[in-house]
Amino acid sequence: MKKPDLSVEIAGIKMRNPVMTASGTFGYGEEFSPYLDLDTLGAIVTKGLSLAPRAGNPTPRIVETPGGMLNAIGLQNVGIDAFIEKKIPFLRNLNTPVIVNFFGNSIDEYAELAARLDLVPEVAAMEINISCPNVKHGGIAFGVDPKAAFSVVKAVREMTIKPIIVKLSPNVTDIVEMAQACAEADADALSLINTLTGMAIDLDKRKPVLANVTGGLSGPALKPLALRMVWQVSRAVKLPIIGIGGITNAIDALEFMLAGATAVQIGTANFINPGIAQKITEDMELYLVKNGITDVKELVGALEI
Amino acid sequence: MRHFKSMVVLNEEVSPGYARIRLTAPRVIMRAKPGQFVMIRVSEGIDPLLRRPFGIYDLGSFMPEYPDAPLQDYLEVLYKVVGKGTRILSSLHHGDYLDILAPLGTGFTQGNPEEEKILVGGGVGLAPLYFLAKQLVKKSKVKVFIGGRRKEDILSVTEFERLGIDTYVATDDGTLGAMGLVTEVMESNLANGDAKRSIFACGPLPMLKSVAGISERWGVSCQVSLEANMACGVGACLGCVTKGRNHSEQTPDYRCVCKDGPVFDSREIMWE
Repeated sequence: MKKPDLSVEIAGIKMRNPVMTASGTFGYGEEFSPYLDLDTLGAIVTKGLSLAPRAGNPTPRIVETPGGMLNAIGLQNVGIDAFIEKKIPFLRNLNTPVIVNFFGNSIDEYAELAARLDLVPEVAAMEINISCPNVKHGGIAFGVDPKAAFSVVKAVREMTIKPIIVKLSPNVTDIVEMAQACAEADADALSLINTLTGMAIDLDKRKPVLANVTGGLSGPALKPLALRMVWQVSRAVKLPIIGIGGITNAIDALEFMLAGATAVQIGTANFINPGIAQKITEDMELYLVKNGITDVKELVGALEI
Repeated sequence: MRHFKSMVVLNEEVSPGYARIRLTAPRVIMRAKPGQFVMIRVSEGIDPLLRRPFGIYDLGSFMPEYPDAPLQDYLEVLYKVVGKGTRILSSLHHGDYLDILAPLGTGFTQGNPEEEKILVGGGVGLAPLYFLAKQLVKKSKVKVFIGGRRKEDILSVTEFERLGIDTYVATDDGTLGAMGLVTEVMESNLANGDAKRSIFACGPLPMLKSVAGISERWGVSCQVSLEANMACGVGACLGCVTKGRNHSEQTPDYRCVCKDGPVFDSREIMWE
């Protein structure tokens, strides 16, 4: 049988397969090059970037929970200048699209970052983080208010001709409303979901485990919630969707595609197995071969109800 | 660093609540440096989800039991049974398989062989120090100071003695060695000598902080191996960071324990 076609396209970004790495779980790509071939991935999404470098939160920053983990890293990152100077040269040599996740403290900052990234040829697309729940001014206000989200996306849209992906937070009453606001502001694609705000408590100390008190829950525990949200949004909005949430294998990934995702991002699973993203691409191909599916795109939104 | 499947060769209790596990490893493990660590995935399932970090205790080779087999290299780690992950680890037997990333992080810098090498450890913090001692004794005079709450917490005394190393023990309750803190025993020992020395420490944070203070007072260089909660072990999650000495809100200086460490010069770290 002919090799199945795994390629997908999101907002003009051509990817050899639907498997991307999620922001904040894959560093700047380089950290993982000893463990997999970065040129087998669909795309790489780099760690959330801000204008100035950010220190992040005090420790403890992470704690494991059943089937998942909480993190409150606090958006620690090198800032855009160091990113362009020190991280781009490595990424330039890859044959895989690089998508830069970024966030600002104000609409102006989002716009300024977008304007600067627009000039970097190695950046295939931008992913706007409007949803990281850890930092008071890290974007949470934008991620839970459709009007604020609309304003941010609109401001970014005016600054760039590159594709814009908006990463949605699950910490809202109605994620469809958020998705619609982003679509109206002319976003090109949506990625969902970001982490769900949670907390862990140490009974004997009577204290929260994380220094930040709350953190973002990720990992397999999140998958059912993420699937439901991808499915709801895909039925309501025409934009292509990137499914994220607890994906640890090719089966999980293909379930997200059935629910309506054109591509997926692998997050926490990268921490457990740094070579997992490539393994998922290989297993996905095997699944298609075994089931006589010639094109992975046939599965997008093919859920039968 | 390598990602490999490893077979459990032996897994035995070394003291109540503590065990040593021997795991097959690819040949390249022999290049690992004392102070480097491994990330072990104790189960294929999702609970526990994350790997667990362990310092390398020993490396070696053994002759497999079937005829004409080549030597098989192995690594060993020491662990204390403290939670779900280490409980699962303690239930494994010869022939079980584990998924391993190794070796990770930086190792100790062994420095000038003329110096006397002072090793200070507590609990499973002894693990990297034993691996280090095996290399140091070839060229240097080595002393080891081992501390713990009770005698059950004192590990590897026989192993150190077998290397011909002067071994000093202190327990909080006096059930083995001197009663009191191992750092006090070490400091009074420092006071009695005037050789050029350097310190290598691994153990609980309060002990390391105390050792760092002692090394400052006596003007002796000191390397510490830190422990931290880790998710990835490869410098990506930024979950395991520790503050560098000049850290401040305005000029943040966070170091990844997994990648920039786990071994640091004690003067590089902000001790809180």
